[in-house]
Amino acid sequence: MSEFSQTPGIPEAPEARIGVDEWVEQADERRARARGPLALAARGVERMPPSVRLLVFLAVASSLPFWLNEGDLFSYGLFTLLYATLALGLNVVVGFAGLLDLGYVAFYGIGAYTYALLSSDHYGIHWPAEVTIPIAMAVTALFGLGLGLTSRRLLGDYLAIVTLFFAQAFVAFTNTANPTIAGKGLTGGSNGIGNLDPLTFFGYQLTTTKQEYFFLVLVFALAATGLYFINQSRTGRAWRALREDPLAAEVMSIPVNRLKILAFMMGAATAGLCGAIFAAIEQATVSGNFTVSVLITIYAIVILGGLGSIAGVVLGAVVINVTFQFLAPQSDHPEIKRWLFYGTILLLVAMMRPWFRPLIVIAGTVAFGFATHAIVAAAAPASWTAGHAVDAGSPSRAKAIADWVIIPVGHPGFRTYTYIGLVAAIVGLRALKGWWRTVGLIPVLYLTAIVWENALAPNPAVTALILFGAMLVALMTVRPQGLLGTARVEIV
Amino acid sequence: MRLPLLSIHDIYVTIRELGWGGAFELLRNGIVLGSLYALIALGYTMVYGILKLLNFAHGDVYMIGAFIGYGVLAALGGPLNPDIGLAPLIILMFVVAMVGAGGLGVAVERFAYKPLRNAPRIAPLISALGVAFFLENSVQLLTNGTRYSYNAFELGGKNGNLGPLFSPVFHVLARPVSVVQVLIVSTALALMLALTLLVSRTRLGKAMRATAFDREAASMMGIDTDRVITSTFFIASVLAGAAGVMFGLYIGETYYFMGFLAGLKAFTAAVVGGIGSIPGAMVGGLLIGVVESFAIGYVGGQWSDIVIFGILILFMLLRPNGLFGSRAIQKV
Repeated sequence: MSEFSQTPGIPEAPEARIGVDEWVEQADERRARARGPLALAARGVERMPPSVRLLVFLAVASSLPFWLNEGDLFSYGLFTLLYATLALGLNVVVGFAGLLDLGYVAFYGIGAYTYALLSSDHYGIHWPAEVTIPIAMAVTALFGLGLGLTSRRLLGDYLAIVTLFFAQAFVAFTNTANPTIAGKGLTGGSNGIGNLDPLTFFGYQLTTTKQEYFFLVLVFALAATGLYFINQSRTGRAWRALREDPLAAEVMSIPVNRLKILAFMMGAATAGLCGAIFAAIEQATVSGNFTVSVLITIYAIVILGGLGSIAGVVLGAVVINVTFQFLAPQSDHPEIKRWLFYGTILLLVAMMRPWFRPLIVIAGTVAFGFATHAIVAAAAPASWTAGHAVDAGSPSRAKAIADWVIIPVGHPGFRTYTYIGLVAAIVGLRALKGWWRTVGLIPVLYLTAIVWENALAPNPAVTALILFGAMLVALMTVRPQGLLGTARVEIV
Repeated sequence: MRLPLLSIHDIYVTIRELGWGGAFELLRNGIVLGSLYALIALGYTMVYGILKLLNFAHGDVYMIGAFIGYGVLAALGGPLNPDIGLAPLIILMFVVAMVGAGGLGVAVERFAYKPLRNAPRIAPLISALGVAFFLENSVQLLTNGTRYSYNAFELGGKNGNLGPLFSPVFHVLARPVSVVQVLIVSTALALMLALTLLVSRTRLGKAMRATAFDREAASMMGIDTDRVITSTFFIASVLAGAAGVMFGLYIGETYYFMGFLAGLKAFTAAVVGGIGSIPGAMVGGLLIGVVESFAIGYVGGQWSDIVIFGILILFMLLRPNGLFGSRAIQKV
């Protein structure tokens, strides 16, 4: 605990603050400092003009239906685009304008329920989508206006908590309150509303996944382009000024309140659009789809990519949704989640410097694993090593994994104790420094493998949520600007 | 014809039907619930006062405190046939849960908030959200989403007989007040008193007040602010752990998502009382508990959450500084 030994009374020096001129001057230096293939790719993307970037993405996206089957296109293609568009809207509020809106998911839900009420058998109203979707957007924008009005008086955390109340109240309203209107529960309670009309534009029905997918490609392109230009405009610059320092922005005669409300409305309308499309694609809407878990997922997308960066949001949506779908319990490729998990860990270990450190850690972990396994197999009853890995793809591979990782049969407490032990070990590892940390990493990595095989892999749905939560914390402490965001340096 | 939305007339009829005795029952339940909220709210208000951080994970520390209490109960032979007497059992549950929750709070602070001391305001908030989500789902994973019951009714009774916790101590308007209710309210009061003394009389309390007032200046005056912050998190989490065991003893069940809503309401209690103010958090907690209880009784369970959230949003809008808070001036 080196922090404790620090002499009390001497405050840590605050992070370096540099002047604007200096910051601009060092631009090339900062760019040159980044090396390796990742940095090269990042620089390539950076040099590309935004229009080319969008076209490349759209070209790749449009090619998906030609080499993915319907099911994969639905879960990987369709949902990635939906999440990307949804996250673009959140990016406006949180990334551009810097308002922590925790009620965002309620707008998504309001859009879905508006579509469900106006285009379904529920009340027998069957308006076409070209009418319903604009109405859904207008309704959510109005709610955004209402919630945005509160941002006039509330700053920072108070705004966050009020918007979170709004989200909770929305779920409570749709799920439990369900007021009776015209002889029917308005929102269908916990069963939600089913039998929604498919998207119908001017008499043309989108029924297959391919049609819906191409429609979403179009929606995404429009949203991304529109939001890009808004961000480049006077309004976008004013938002950024507001994000950096609301008081200074106000002094510079920027209409702070109007801009905050505008950001809320833009974000809400985008969420409403996504909600309506989501409801139409699923042909049902249930309040369980608009809970805090979904909110965290959208936040994870925006933050992984980098707050305020449109390209980052897209990258975040791809990473998070693909991970999410692999971890989904009904996934067609259950064995991939293991590759994904160990692959990510290997990648993180491989990023250690100097180059021989990752080698030592990996070799050490493998050896440590076999040694521990041998000791347990020799000393403990056979039930401690009798288990098999789940979803391994083939029985021989399940056996091979169980030869390295301890997977007991029976022993219900093992899962709990190893899990808690792992969390404690990771927290403790932070206190170690230098080579001690490298050596300490070896048993922690083996423990991670044990926890994955025993607790996480059998429960992939909860695992995804745990990993998202952990990722938010890790990203905030290691790289708060996300993968593609630019580091914010305090400029004086 | 039944009115679609809330009907004032229905509420009036319910009030008449329940009468004074019913009103007392609601008030009693509200005060017990409010004591729990107040204990959690104290944690929010202390952390917020010192770091200006909305610690979303605090509600989940409370939830884990309830689970630790259950763990002690299970380790000592389970709720139906505990190995030791009722009084030492309850004391042991409280102590272990409080220390465990305190340790958890300190670990969370070290791991998730400390590296972000000088980061932009939004970073620790998102980190806190991540911790809350992580804790909640970890417990969901480890408990498979099962509710674990303290079996509070049978606790202390031999072989599944009715225990002494829910026997009445005294009656008001012919409505009983049970042992556990007295226990909760008095323990909460004692803890609050201890906290007040700690903050106002001890060196640590003085250091806390100084750190909350101006962290940089305090550290220049020779106060080890990191240690003060760690102690603050420890004390805040200890109170949450105690509240968790109380919830288990009173309601009888612990489950993984109980922390989120309770934390949200407790934070509002802290805001209602004026954030950063310790007596404010106590009064705010009691107020929220009583309002919630009356809303459930008079308006009905299905609408109660919406009514409460509506009142809270209005309160936050009209008086964001709370009942006891002083008007904050934005500093440049």
